[in-house]
Amino acid sequence: MEQVIMNQLNYPILSALIFLPIFGALLILFCRRSWELLTKWIALVTSFATFLISLPLFTNFDRTTHKMQFAEKHSWITDWNINYFIGVDGISVLFVLLSTLTAILCVLISWESITKKVKEFYISILLTTAFMIGVFCSLDFFLFYIFWEAMLIPMFLIIGVWGGPNRVYAAIKFFLYTLVGSLLMLVGIIVIYLYAGKTFNILELMTKTYPYTMQFWLFWAFFSAFAVKVPMWPVHTWLPDAHTEAPTAGSVILAAVLIKMGAYGFLRFSIPLFPDASRDMVPVMLTLSVIAIIYGAVICLAQTDLKRLIAYSSVSHMGFVTLGIFALNSQGVEGGILQMLNHGVITGALFLSVGVVYDRTHTRKIADYGGLASVMPIYAAFFMVFTLAAVGLPATNGFVGEFLILLGGFTKSKLAGVLACTGIIVGAGYMLWLYQRVFFMEINSKIVGLPDMNIRETLALLPMLILVFWIGVYPNAFLGLIHASAQHLLDRVNMTGGQEINIAKAILEVVR
Amino acid sequence: MNFQLPDINPIIPEITMTALALAVLIADLLIKKKEILALFSIVGVAAVAYTLKASSGMTFGGMFISDGYSTFFKLIFLINVVLTVAISIKYIAVEKVNFGEYYVLILFSTVGMMIMASASDLIVLYLGLELMALSTYVLAGFNRHNVKSSEGALKYFLLGAFSSAFLLYGTSLIYGMTGTTDIKAISLFISEKGLMGNPALLLSVIFFVVAFGFKIAAVPFHMWAPDAYEGAPTSITAFMSVGPKAAGFAVLGRVLMVAFASVSVNWTAILIPIAILTMGVGNIVALSQTNIKRMLAYSSIAHAGYALLGIIAANNEGLASVMNYLMIYAFMNIGAFAVIIMLRSEGFSGENISDYEGLSKKHPLAAALMLIFMFSLTGIPPTAGFIGKLYLFITAINAGYTWLVVVAVIFSAISAYFYLRIVIYMYMRDPKEEVVLTTSPETSVALAVSTFAVLAIGVFPSFLLELARSAIAAGF
Repeated sequence: MEQVIMNQLNYPILSALIFLPIFGALLILFCRRSWELLTKWIALVTSFATFLISLPLFTNFDRTTHKMQFAEKHSWITDWNINYFIGVDGISVLFVLLSTLTAILCVLISWESITKKVKEFYISILLTTAFMIGVFCSLDFFLFYIFWEAMLIPMFLIIGVWGGPNRVYAAIKFFLYTLVGSLLMLVGIIVIYLYAGKTFNILELMTKTYPYTMQFWLFWAFFSAFAVKVPMWPVHTWLPDAHTEAPTAGSVILAAVLIKMGAYGFLRFSIPLFPDASRDMVPVMLTLSVIAIIYGAVICLAQTDLKRLIAYSSVSHMGFVTLGIFALNSQGVEGGILQMLNHGVITGALFLSVGVVYDRTHTRKIADYGGLASVMPIYAAFFMVFTLAAVGLPATNGFVGEFLILLGGFTKSKLAGVLACTGIIVGAGYMLWLYQRVFFMEINSKIVGLPDMNIRETLALLPMLILVFWIGVYPNAFLGLIHASAQHLLDRVNMTGGQEINIAKAILEVVR
Repeated sequence: MNFQLPDINPIIPEITMTALALAVLIADLLIKKKEILALFSIVGVAAVAYTLKASSGMTFGGMFISDGYSTFFKLIFLINVVLTVAISIKYIAVEKVNFGEYYVLILFSTVGMMIMASASDLIVLYLGLELMALSTYVLAGFNRHNVKSSEGALKYFLLGAFSSAFLLYGTSLIYGMTGTTDIKAISLFISEKGLMGNPALLLSVIFFVVAFGFKIAAVPFHMWAPDAYEGAPTSITAFMSVGPKAAGFAVLGRVLMVAFASVSVNWTAILIPIAILTMGVGNIVALSQTNIKRMLAYSSIAHAGYALLGIIAANNEGLASVMNYLMIYAFMNIGAFAVIIMLRSEGFSGENISDYEGLSKKHPLAAALMLIFMFSLTGIPPTAGFIGKLYLFITAINAGYTWLVVVAVIFSAISAYFYLRIVIYMYMRDPKEEVVLTTSPETSVALAVSTFAVLAIGVFPSFLLELARSAIAAGF
């Protein structure tokens, strides 16, 4: 067990994080339908408690090691050699924290906007939170898959029940896209399980080497699951629909945490398990990333819907993340992981902000706004910060991540780096133009006399604002967590071989 | 005269079950309240379950065998019969077909299934199969006020008779070649005489696959299923989709894996296209159904396709995964039918998918349970349906059929659409008309049991996996 540091705290911290929200959901289940206020408070208290419990992960994290920390292991399904095995390392710890934070904000932002089926809504939110944390903590493939798939159920309901006018279409599209990808991954998981001598233990699986042909096919099987979640071009089409139609809390969960799982999957599974195939697939992955960056950004220019614009900007930003990850050098990977966190913060905050005005106006059309800065000045200030962070202005978190990624990208391939830069330029274009259209110009008659943000809404946005500057000014607080694990990952990739990158050769090898 | 009574120990469960069925038949003459018959049947079945444990061994000169394999299947049949009777009590009163024969036929049909599972001789197998089938034909047409019911039953009967003919033809070919109908002796004869490539043997293998294909409703032998399932009283649809199907798999497994073990290459080659067709047709045609019973009929066809993967693996592990799957399927499918039955009320069929619109608004609990069953049928964790499918996939990949599993997962992704459609209607649409639920304590208990099983097996499958594996470990 040299790869693992068992939980040193005197309570099972990760299990508490997973099961506390489930416990909260059960409590709500037994509430009467008419006790709406109690339901909301249970959800808020539960999510807040979960967040507080998760803080020691940040403070007590051993930054000097790549090993799994706070680990717990219990035997579960002995017939299949499955264990309840959880732990976090530098790659996953930030996302556990992001999940717990996001849960609170989602409860806060939904406080007044969700009026029907209140009970079911908060149950879904809490269950999604629990499953998300589970995904990031799992060190057993089976356990991981359970959480990964189970999350679809509450998320499907959140989009489909409480979403916008076209919600059913969006929900089913989201579900089917994800399911097809996940099921192909399941086949891959079974193949690797049988090959490695019937073990689902991820750490054990990583110590083995797999034949090249197998690596090649499994890389694509896993790709089908992770690329849909990221989402990478060309399987991104579920995202604009899902983001746009979902209720605010749903969009925030999707943007902040859920789509990070795809990139996390590449880092946790694809690259360390199939290092040779990953290395040879770099050109393909870089190409897809660059297409996503530019395509997403250009599409943004044509959007007339606030949420849809932010959704497409996610496609573009996640393109940066995959670009960084598949640059396969330390700047790229560390920047990619940090940018995942950044994107969660920024886009999560943007969706929260859109939710704030949507609750007042019930329109998402950009043309229905204008001059909002003089009607809601505090709100305008918040939105300004998030806009600039999305653009990547220095001193905000967006800058640090994108800079590292571009550095890594340039080192790997000059062309990819240059093309990605155009994405940043277009990005500045559409975000600032959006800001102009919504906040400046003449005051639109539809928004006259809107009240500014109340305390609840400000509280929901404030943590994100703090994170934007904290990461922007002192990124080492977070990069320090990532560093050891990222380095270990790269060692694993570069240790095995290190020959020339050649797709033609790779395909030939497989065909043979 | 030294007439010796055969050892009846292995066959005690069947004897008890038959006695129970006869007792209910007689009691029917004396008792006016048919609910009492139902409760009596449930208690009786519990007694049969108790005798299962003690029975083991071979009897009647090796024609009848009680082993772990048969006992596990009998457990499925008994669970099936108990749950079916529980959801029937109120329902057949609403349908105005509240006759005692209903329970008698269910019990006799189950006796037939039990004999099938235990048959180690083709003649005994045929005996059990006909007992099961004849009772089920009548049950399918039990709702005589309904034309659809009679039509479905007639179709079921005609095609079932065909399949019996196939079975007998296959049996006679085998008898002509080997001179025996004993399943183990057939296997021995084939390998000793080196008959592996004999065309007559392959022809009889095909006949057996066709005959059992009818029983498990595999494509292209599924034509009867949608009509019979739609027409039959809903409780019987639940019964038919689990019991006879499981019995079909029991004999399919035993005959192919024991009698035809040496030609497994040939029958896997036949079963692979059948499995693909079954999953394909079942899942794709289900997409366009508007009647929920018909939709579940196609879904049940598709599930037979998944289960065939375990048979195709052609090893004990594969059979264990089939048994595991059928047990899980029993709970989730009868659970779904229990919800469907609750929607039926006087003058309202509740069979259209549109009747589920906005169910979650008025009846959140029923909707939530249906949601669990639908996700389980799709195979989404943490429900039992996922565990069942996973086990099948593992054994199929382990046997080298990775590509077949890829086909299976693609079809199972397609299936998500029609299961989710029910969830969408229940949760994401507004109710059009008031739906009144017909509840009864028995239905509620059946629902509670199924829901508990689906969730418990989903999270802690060890017990069931162990049970299935140890049942098969001792061999046939």
